[in-house]
Amino acid sequence: MKETNEAQTVDKLAEQLQAWEGREVASFLARQPERQEQFSTLGGFPVKRVYTPLDVQNIPLEDVGLPGRYPFTRGPYPTMYRGRRWTMRQIAGFGTGADTNKRFKYLIQQGQTGLSTDFDMPTLMGYDSDHAMSQGEVGRGGVAIDTLSDMEDLFAGIDLEKISVSMTINPSAWILLAMYVALAEKRGFDLDRLSGTIQADMLKEYMAQKEWIFPIAPSVRIVRDCIAYCAERMKRYNPVNICGYHINEAGASPLHELAFTLANTIVYVEEVVKTGMPVDRFAPRLSFFFACGSDFFEEAARFRAVRRVFATIMRERFGAANPASMRLRFHCQTAAATLTRPQYKVNIVRTALQALAAVLGGAQSLHTNGMDEAFSIPTEEAMKIALRTQQVIAEESNVANVVDPLGGSYYVEKLTDQYVRAIQAILKEVDERGGTVKLIEEGWFQRKIAEDAYETALRKQSGEKPVIGVNRYVEEEETLDLEVHPYDPRSADRQIDRTRQVRANRDEARVGELLQRLKAVARDESQNILPVTVELVNQGATMGDIVETLKEVWGTYRETPVF
Amino acid sequence: MIAKVGLDGHDRGVKIVARCLRDAGMDVIYTGLHRTPEEVALAAVQEDVDILGISILSGAQMTVFPRVLDLLRDRHGSDIAVVGGGVMPDEDVSELKRMGVSEILLQDTPPQAIVESMRRLVRERGPR
Repeated sequence: MKETNEAQTVDKLAEQLQAWEGREVASFLARQPERQEQFSTLGGFPVKRVYTPLDVQNIPLEDVGLPGRYPFTRGPYPTMYRGRRWTMRQIAGFGTGADTNKRFKYLIQQGQTGLSTDFDMPTLMGYDSDHAMSQGEVGRGGVAIDTLSDMEDLFAGIDLEKISVSMTINPSAWILLAMYVALAEKRGFDLDRLSGTIQADMLKEYMAQKEWIFPIAPSVRIVRDCIAYCAERMKRYNPVNICGYHINEAGASPLHELAFTLANTIVYVEEVVKTGMPVDRFAPRLSFFFACGSDFFEEAARFRAVRRVFATIMRERFGAANPASMRLRFHCQTAAATLTRPQYKVNIVRTALQALAAVLGGAQSLHTNGMDEAFSIPTEEAMKIALRTQQVIAEESNVANVVDPLGGSYYVEKLTDQYVRAIQAILKEVDERGGTVKLIEEGWFQRKIAEDAYETALRKQSGEKPVIGVNRYVEEEETLDLEVHPYDPRSADRQIDRTRQVRANRDEARVGELLQRLKAVARDESQNILPVTVELVNQGATMGDIVETLKEVWGTYRETPVF
Repeated sequence: MIAKVGLDGHDRGVKIVARCLRDAGMDVIYTGLHRTPEEVALAAVQEDVDILGISILSGAQMTVFPRVLDLLRDRHGSDIAVVGGGVMPDEDVSELKRMGVSEILLQDTPPQAIVESMRRLVRERGPR
């Protein structure tokens, strides 16, 4: 009976829609055509004039579901921001550990609820500050960390059981994790009470961000070791933060960002499962990181979609049984590539809209970019405004009082469903072509990302993709009242002195012995690399000592660029 | 020749530049990532390029460009126009131009404008 009624309603609606198009729409169009022949999202999905129940009639209600319940389309938790708001996590890092420690304390004082650390290029790539390749880059784009002693300075006076700490680090991530563990043990913290994450997502490095040391296989093994180590010893810690952000920033379309991220996820899960660890043992601690771009509804829909696809993969492909293994949690950062130099204050508005979309999409933590990041790393003032933007959304706008307020929107549900299908189609293609690692080696992802980036550049040039201040409302000469973050040239010397001092005061024979053991562990795939690394950093080994030793075993990676 | 110098792996811009110049009919060599100033300067001289473009998004521009300019002078490559690209503050842009960097292309420079400014640089230098 009910079904007949529904069918009648749908038929009726279809008739009404047709009549409306024939009358109201047609007569309106006759007087005033629409701005464009066709509309589409920034990600290229066609957009209709209006969405009705007809557009969602084939989407099963259980695909939408309820928050905190499979397939988690509406959010990973049942109460979402009504319980705890998202973590406001502004990234910071420059100079020495002590310099960044000051910025951390400033941000905490301003009401920030999580810490996020940016490292300088040498730290990211595994070089000590006094290595020739580090010249000019020490403490420049992030904080320089060579030894455990630097790490101690970085977190001095901060209660690591109370605040979660994210570390944006990849090829050298396990060394930072080892330092974090060593530091926590020294200061008497309970490892099971530490929360936070290292990024440690190597596959997206080969695809997009291009920070690497070793070839793909040993790099993936290190990721596996981090996941397994944390599952045993740090029950609240996220050992990997699987990233779409950098894939997006490298130019990928919003769809490719999500699909490629999940392709990488599948590899990591497979690798850990191969060690014999059951999927439900570690999957609840997998965490994600996405970019939030400019197409407001598309972004919210995308995040809803990726949660649904992930849940399906974990349950159906990997046989997860614990709902926590199927629940995708993500950090979000507003898209830095959308920031402009001209009329740079407009970046505040751009960022606010992107942040709102991230919140409506159900992010667990959020970084809002500083208005000045098209010039340099942000000043304290720029970071404060960015943080205040989040606070306005959280505390003034009331959007956080209802879970998934866009749920049920015909448009958003339809777009969510379209994204789900499109992501699944790409994952299928990746499987058919032989899997993620093979395709990275062939440059398949890299080529797609480069093509997307080029297309975006052309669309900005033609004005098809409007960017205020760049291809619209351009102002000729701008007097800049901007003060950029100063770089202290002496911080590199200070850092190098510190590292040399640590080397001078350590037991060289003991370090040498441990480095030999490190080599043996590296050669034996069944072992975990973390325990010996923790011992090494405790003995004053530098990041460079560890990395250079492993290069002897594993060699290095060199990319054949595609464009 | 388009190059990435130092440790930074941001190659979105450099690939767009390489591709739009190639599409405009120029011969483009892209060095790939993580090169040293020495490698790049040597390669530019050996390949006898018209323009050496270096992309930097790590903040190391004030270290890298003076070094490359010195190396080119030492190797009789002073007639190679050096062009920079990336994210950098305005004061660095003017300082680099004063040092002898011919042009700085910042983010969102349209591909067509990149092509035109490369042609202009070669025209202004005249035949070699």
